[in-house]
Amino acid sequence: MTRPADDFIVDLTRGVSHVHRNPIEVSLFDHDASTIEGRAGVVVYPTSLDEVVHVVTTCNRHGRPFVARGAGTGLAGGATPLDGALVICLTKMNRVLSVDPVNRLAWVEPGVLNLDLSRHMAAMGHDLHFAPDPSSQQSCTVGGNVANNSGGPHCLADGVTSAHVLALEVVLSDGQVVVLGGEEPEPDGLDLRGAFVGSEGMFGIATKVCVRLTQNPPTVRTMLLDFTSVRDGADTVSSIIAAGMVPAALEMMDALCIEAVEQYVHAGLPLDAAAVLLVEVTGLAHDVDAQAERVAEIGREHRARTIRVARDEAERALLWKGRKTAFGAVARIKPNYYLHDTVVPRRRLPEVLDEIYRIVDRHDLLVLNVFHAGDGNLHPLLVFDKREPGVMERVHAAGEEIVRASVAAGGVLSGEHGIGLEKRDYMSLMFSELDLEAQAAVRRSFDPSGLANPFKVLPSPASCGDVQHVPEGAWI
Amino acid sequence: MDLTGFAERVGTSGTVSIRGRSSRTVERTVNVDIDRVVTAPNGVVEYHPDEMTITCGAGTPLESIRNVTAENGQSVALPGSGTVGGALSVGRSGIDRLGVGPVRDTLLQATFVDHRGELITVGGPTVKNVSGFDLARLLVGSFGRLGFIARVILRTRPVPRASSWFETDADWSRVVELQTVLYRPAALLWNGDRLAIRLDGDPDDIAESSRRFGLSPRTGAPFAENEFTHRWSVAPIEVPAIVRSARAPVWAEVGVGIVHHVEPQPSRRGTPNRIELRLLDEFDPDRRLNPDVVFPQ
Ligand SMILES: Cc1cc2nc3c(=O)[nH]c(=O)nc-3n(C[C@H](O)[C@H](O)[C@H](O)COP(=O)(O)OP(=O)(O)OC[C@H]3O[C@@H](n4cnc5c(N)ncnc54)[C@H](O)[C@@H]3O)c2cc1C
Repeated sequence: MTRPADDFIVDLTRGVSHVHRNPIEVSLFDHDASTIEGRAGVVVYPTSLDEVVHVVTTCNRHGRPFVARGAGTGLAGGATPLDGALVICLTKMNRVLSVDPVNRLAWVEPGVLNLDLSRHMAAMGHDLHFAPDPSSQQSCTVGGNVANNSGGPHCLADGVTSAHVLALEVVLSDGQVVVLGGEEPEPDGLDLRGAFVGSEGMFGIATKVCVRLTQNPPTVRTMLLDFTSVRDGADTVSSIIAAGMVPAALEMMDALCIEAVEQYVHAGLPLDAAAVLLVEVTGLAHDVDAQAERVAEIGREHRARTIRVARDEAERALLWKGRKTAFGAVARIKPNYYLHDTVVPRRRLPEVLDEIYRIVDRHDLLVLNVFHAGDGNLHPLLVFDKREPGVMERVHAAGEEIVRASVAAGGVLSGEHGIGLEKRDYMSLMFSELDLEAQAAVRRSFDPSGLANPFKVLPSPASCGDVQHVPEGAWI
Repeated sequence: MDLTGFAERVGTSGTVSIRGRSSRTVERTVNVDIDRVVTAPNGVVEYHPDEMTITCGAGTPLESIRNVTAENGQSVALPGSGTVGGALSVGRSGIDRLGVGPVRDTLLQATFVDHRGELITVGGPTVKNVSGFDLARLLVGSFGRLGFIARVILRTRPVPRASSWFETDADWSRVVELQTVLYRPAALLWNGDRLAIRLDGDPDDIAESSRRFGLSPRTGAPFAENEFTHRWSVAPIEVPAIVRSARAPVWAEVGVGIVHHVEPQPSRRGTPNRIELRLLDEFDPDRRLNPDVVFPQ
């Protein structure tokens, strides 16, 4: 069944070939990977810059909002269309356009999958990769990474997406095409590239991305340290950083998570541990030796029971598989999960983790912690069965308390998933009304029409200073 | 730290200019009457080596930051002899950008005074943060045209265990070869026939790399920071052509695209684009903040 075409649709189909209006098909785009439900209008799959320009221009002429979408793996409702907005799905624009292996940069289309980019380098025989490695890297797109300024375990040493984007070709909401940033290191003028990265689809549509590529490390050592207390694990993290090391990755899992992961991947994780740290040091051989030794020493000072060093690539892959499939593993405990994402100063990790356990207990829920400990980026994973009456209310109440506890400890609302709809109304926990006005001013400067992904990130003025939930009905 | 006093000095009207230590000359200015000259607060507020963050006034001399962080074996990737605010507003990296990254990545949070004399905070206090739009990026390299930075939180980094300079005769093909095989050099500087290389890291690795690739030791960088009056910003791929066509000696940062030059770079843009104009209109509609600075430079 297809709805009758109106002028908007007629205009739209003049310049873009893939237009989907079948309600069942379109309803697949009502949400991203979060639990927030919206309503998609029409879905288009542009295959070229010209098609994107046509779609955006048509939306502008008809005053219709549009939402850019990559793979829809976002966890904050960023790609969730509200009120029947048009969805511009960029997955068909997925070519690697050019690679400069010497200066280590590549121009790619936004629909290229994160992991495919690194695979592409390997296939071309280049010893290079794209450093941001979200756990969703098999399915998320570079465009989504840019819009969310995504991170991953290996962003501790090398930085999140922003540090790996040199330039962007962007279609603004009036259909104009601009290039932000450049291959050159210090382009004239304001760092509009930097402002665009992390703008969650609200500043325009990225149609090309110039990414920085990173040399593959010649030596990699992956270690697993286990502790009988979460605090010892967390203190080890702070001490490693204070000792002048920034490991390539520094990840932590708590007891319940270890249990779930172990049953799922059989990596030989210690089931009686309160916490394990996955530490990876990379670089030249002597440096790796020295760092690994120092990490082990610091671990022992903090009562690490065992220090397991991956002997080969297979063992390393197994340990990482445990870390990266934690989300799949939770399904064995409960059918549904809600993944939070806040950051706290590293030294506050032990107390905030304690607080999270208390909050979750109070709401009669279960929590697994699996997170980027090296940069204090918490990922409390609340697991539940949504068929249980009243459980969603408890999940949201606990989530709100976790966010508040993190900010109160000197932390921030989100480390990598973004604000989207999920945390929009918490923004005033971190920012004053004037701060938020400044953010709105930047958004207006990029998109005076307000048609690019409206209602995300910035709380509506009425709810400023008074934290409210996303309007009723938005939650499933 | 008295941010309110600083905001009051910036005030709500009149033309105001901000000065650091005037260590870098702004290349292009216009004659505009300036009612007041202000300086940003000076001093380190908090330093957490285990967080890799330091909080300080934008008027703090970089020297002080270096002294404070050095005690814990850390540094901040801001070059020069001026103030923190100056280095950020100018946004120009040091010759080790290849190793330590651009200036823009050091800024985590900034509190600035806007044209209404109001204090605005952008970014966040932690090393990782995607809460809201990344306005901190806009301040870096803005020459004070959007607001005057009062206080910042910067990312610190560990000082490498060893850091040594090497050199070798190199035509462009040798440069490319070394660029490909060396693992994360901190600097590759080329003048057309010599390549100067800084390697950071473990002393044994450095010794091994230099042996393996036939590099001779040298002391320090091949030129002083203020030796060249101009720096060109070009795509790294253009470096060989620009070095070859230079009429006077130049040094290029290979893999980065900065060329230290005696002549000004032709064809810089010099006028704001549409988005920049709208940002200027939003953040300083009366153009009263650093109105004497031509923007973009
Ligand atoms: C199991 C799982 C694990 C995850 N792990 C991580 C992790 O480790 N780290 C992390 O950072 N995130 C993680 N995420 C979140 C998510 O994968 C990332 O945010 C990812 O970058 C989103 O990419 P996407 O292509 O799916 O974007 P989408 O979800 O489709 O879109 C995300 C946002 O980007 C905008 N957008 C998309 N494409 C464009 C474009 N071309 N131009 C402008 N705006 C655009 C959208 O409007 C939306 O606001 C995880 C998600 C899941 C489900």
